[in-house]
Amino acid sequence: MTALQQGDVLEVQTFPVTRADLVAYAAASGDPNPIHQDEEVARSVGLPGVIAHGMLTLALAGRAVAAWTDGAEVVELGAKFTSPVVVPADGSVEVLVAGTVKSVADGLATIALEVTCEGQKVLGMPKAVVRA
Amino acid sequence: MPVDDTLVGREFPPTPAREVTEESVRDFAEAIGGAYDGSVPPTWPIVLAFDAMQTFLDAEQLDLFRIIHGEQRFSYERPVRVGDVLSATLTVASLRQIGGADIIGTTSAIHDAAGELVCSAKATLVHSGGAA
Repeated sequence: MTALQQGDVLEVQTFPVTRADLVAYAAASGDPNPIHQDEEVARSVGLPGVIAHGMLTLALAGRAVAAWTDGAEVVELGAKFTSPVVVPADGSVEVLVAGTVKSVADGLATIALEVTCEGQKVLGMPKAVVRA
Repeated sequence: MPVDDTLVGREFPPTPAREVTEESVRDFAEAIGGAYDGSVPPTWPIVLAFDAMQTFLDAEQLDLFRIIHGEQRFSYERPVRVGDVLSATLTVASLRQIGGADIIGTTSAIHDAAGELVCSAKATLVHSGGAA
C-alpha cells in the first residue's frame, strides 16, 4: 500500500445511493427494517422519508478507506449515525467520504473521516484504524 | 413502553453459527456498490450483529421498526475470512431514557468456531416507544 503519513488529506470518494441500493443492501445484510423501504412507516417514526441504512453509509466509508489504503487490514471502524441520508423515490443522493490521516504509530494509521450528504455531516466521529 | 431497566449486564443467547460463504460476501460487496475481491468488507460482521440484535429484540418483544441505529463501532482481532463459522453474543452494556426514547448500548462479541474472538461490535440502539 501507499505509505500513509500523518496529516495526509485523502482524495474525496463519492458514492451515489438509490432506493434500489437500499433494497439490495436490505437483502444482503439481512436488515428488513421498513424505514429503509416504506415512506409511510419512515414518517410514522418521525423520519423525513425513506433513509439509507446507517450501516450502508458506514460501508461506503469502509470502501473509501479500502480505496485509500489499497485494502489494508482494518482494525477499527465506527461512527455515530447523526443525520439520516434521505433517499428519494427516484434518482439518487450522493454520499461523500473525506479523510485525513491523524496519526501513524506502532504500525497503525488512524484516519479521521468526514461523511456528508447534500452538504450536511451524516456520521458523527467516523473513524478508521488500519494496519499501516 | 419503556424497556425493562434490569436489562443492563444481561447476556442473550448466542446466535446460530453462520458460515461466511463466498456467495454472501459477494452479495454484500455488490450491495455496497463494490465488487468481490476475495476479502470480506469490514462492515460485513453487521450480519452477525444484526442476528444478535434480533435475538435481543425478540426476547424483549421490541419492534424492529421502532429501532434507530444510533452508533456502530467495530474492533477486529483479525479479518473475517470466507469459510469462517461465526456466532455473536449480545450483552446489554447500558440503558438510559431521553425524551421518551430508550438509548440501549449493546456489545456483540463475535467468535469463530474455535471460540476465538474475531470482532467486537458495539451498537447504540434508539428505541422510540410510541404511545405507552
